[in-house]
Amino acid sequence: MGVTPDTALLDELIKRRLDELLPQKLEEKLAELREKKTPSMTIIATKGTLDWAYPPFILASTAAALGWNVSVFFTFYGLQLLRKDLSHLKVSPLGNPGMPMKMPFGPDWFKGINWNIPNVIEAGIPGFESVATSLMKQTIKNKGVASIPELRSACVEAGVNLIGCQMTVDLFGFSHDDFIPEVKEYVGAATFLPMARDADVSLFI
Amino acid sequence: MTGVAVTTVVLDAKGLNCPLPILRARKALKDVPAGGLLEIHATDPGSVKDFAAFCRQTGNELLAASQDGNVFKFVIKRLR
Repeated sequence: MGVTPDTALLDELIKRRLDELLPQKLEEKLAELREKKTPSMTIIATKGTLDWAYPPFILASTAAALGWNVSVFFTFYGLQLLRKDLSHLKVSPLGNPGMPMKMPFGPDWFKGINWNIPNVIEAGIPGFESVATSLMKQTIKNKGVASIPELRSACVEAGVNLIGCQMTVDLFGFSHDDFIPEVKEYVGAATFLPMARDADVSLFI
Repeated sequence: MTGVAVTTVVLDAKGLNCPLPILRARKALKDVPAGGLLEIHATDPGSVKDFAAFCRQTGNELLAASQDGNVFKFVIKRLR
């Protein structure tokens, strides 16, 4: 059956009309779906120091407070953030030129001094990291910044899904007993990736 | 709501830094009935934009935001 000139004209008109209407309709539908969908975020936490414990816990607790679904996958040194006791977390100024070294006490002029200590000296002083860590903890307290245990509790309370990487648990010789019981599962990349795929926000920290 | 007492919960978040004011507000909102108000006092300058974003995201209404010295005051109406 051949296409009559009338049908061809009709097809052309329909096509033109659809081109006009569809984008707008799609836009509306997408906005509606976005509105209905609960946002979600997945984070891969790979660092195990006091300073690097902040980004995953701040972002996870805040997203949960905004009503988002959040999962955090703790792998490699990030597993340290799941330990029952977090007091071992340290910050190291050694080889970290971005870290200001300021004292959390004394008069303002003194607190303003940035102590530029050469790496070779930092490396040579026993206990330098511990001292830097306690100074950092004092600064955190002075500035009204949350502690890591506080932020982690906020995550747990808000139902953030804490996931451990089983491979690195084995690699570092940990047992599940080393970690808080709120860690619901220990899985591998194949379980995490599909979660990340469906998430609106996915971060590697 | 005329003639009906509106529940107002006051949250003191002074001296707390990001994201604590938001986390505390989220917690405090749970004790506010729908239609009730949550008044927050904060000193974190970042909280001005953060509370606006928080309300947009959580579907609550930011009724008022003001500044008195270095204290920021927010009034949030719980909508749902």
